[in-house]
Amino acid sequence: MIALVDYGLGNIQAFANIFRHLGIVAVPARTANDVRAASKIILPGVGAFDWAMTRLQESGLRDVLDEEVLEAKKPVLGICVGMQMMARSSEEGKLSGLGWIDATVERFETRFLESKTHLPHMGWNDVTPLETGNLFSGLNTPRYYFLHSYFMKTDCEKNVLATSNYGITFTSAVKSGNVYGTQFHPEKSHQWGILLLKNFAELA
Amino acid sequence: MLRPRLIPCLLIKNGGLVKTVNFANPKYVGDPINAVRIFNEKEVDELVVLDIDATIKRDEPDYQLISHLASECRMPLCYGGGVQTVTQIEKIISLGVEKVAVSSALIENPKLISDAAIRVGSQSLVVVIDVRKTGLLRRHEVVTHNGSRRTGFNPVEFASYMAELGAGEIVINSVDRDGKMIGYDLDLVEQVRQKINLPLTVLGGAGSLDDFRELFDRFGLIGAAAGSLFVFKGKYRAVLINYPNRVEKEALLTK
Repeated sequence: MIALVDYGLGNIQAFANIFRHLGIVAVPARTANDVRAASKIILPGVGAFDWAMTRLQESGLRDVLDEEVLEAKKPVLGICVGMQMMARSSEEGKLSGLGWIDATVERFETRFLESKTHLPHMGWNDVTPLETGNLFSGLNTPRYYFLHSYFMKTDCEKNVLATSNYGITFTSAVKSGNVYGTQFHPEKSHQWGILLLKNFAELA
Repeated sequence: MLRPRLIPCLLIKNGGLVKTVNFANPKYVGDPINAVRIFNEKEVDELVVLDIDATIKRDEPDYQLISHLASECRMPLCYGGGVQTVTQIEKIISLGVEKVAVSSALIENPKLISDAAIRVGSQSLVVVIDVRKTGLLRRHEVVTHNGSRRTGFNPVEFASYMAELGAGEIVINSVDRDGKMIGYDLDLVEQVRQKINLPLTVLGGAGSLDDFRELFDRFGLIGAAAGSLFVFKGKYRAVLINYPNRVEKEALLTK
């Protein structure tokens, strides 16, 4: 069973619909027991960094998530700001992140962007997986929907699972042990997204 | 490579899907959830849904409908209509909508954008600017309440002010071209594009795939939105939900 962390942000129902369609059990997790009962966790997110961190704190699920991710080593997938929250900190906010992955979050510097690019980075962009298998099994030239002005910078290059380009090449998916993240929205990316979520569900 | 976006814009009235001409004479074209399901199959880039009753009736947004739409959508969804407060914006985002469109409320309360940006982030805040040519000189003017109220604002200056306050995207919506299928107002797009450095989407006037091609050729990364083109087929305007397939879409992007 997959726990969809329900802290009032992100599209829980869109994930639930896709998993139902795939015949995979995924339920909104609102209590510590909901999280403990699951074998995998999805941490969705839409919004500003501090707001999302605050909402997660208020949900009362922070401690159980730390336990299940850091100690029980359950596979977890953070989406968009949900991925950014897994870093130590973000330029977007003052609060600390979850610190599940050795990384920080930075803003795109528009001076590095080619002319005629704008912030936020919004729309469908190519994603280049750096390793086959894993989340990108069967996805050779996928494209996904992005909606963000900040991106993750990992301390260690080996944690970069996929990259994309928007003026600069940036990290669009990460993996550090059992911790996974995508900067894009697989739940809103048609069959490329559905297959990625299926791959996550089928990770050993 | 980031691609230009091709966006169906659906209008809701009394819970049904309608299409207007010059923001008037709404014609019933079907059930919104059914339309979303068809657009899912067609792998639409993004979807905009505007409730055209909400501001006029001063209703709260129909959260039940929004929630239903958000959960059906397999593509990003932008909701607009009757949005007046930060609390409403937060609530809509919490229902699983990626972007909230704000329009009329900003005339009296522009700070709504900056206040909301702190909570939900700029990337989720879309400012829809309804524009009509007014007066003897036929100058572009921002209008509200389904095009019926003039504001005295110039759309280019207004867009630029909204960008400063923290908007994440500007939608320029032409009342004069709504439902007419005569092409976009490219001069207005040019003026806004030169002034603001945000993602920009154009709505009102698209009548054929050539109108999209012209827009992409001239402006590169831009959102091309349309209503009639994606819900009607042929000169008798028979209701048929349609959208270019992958091959047709790629062809639009190659010069």
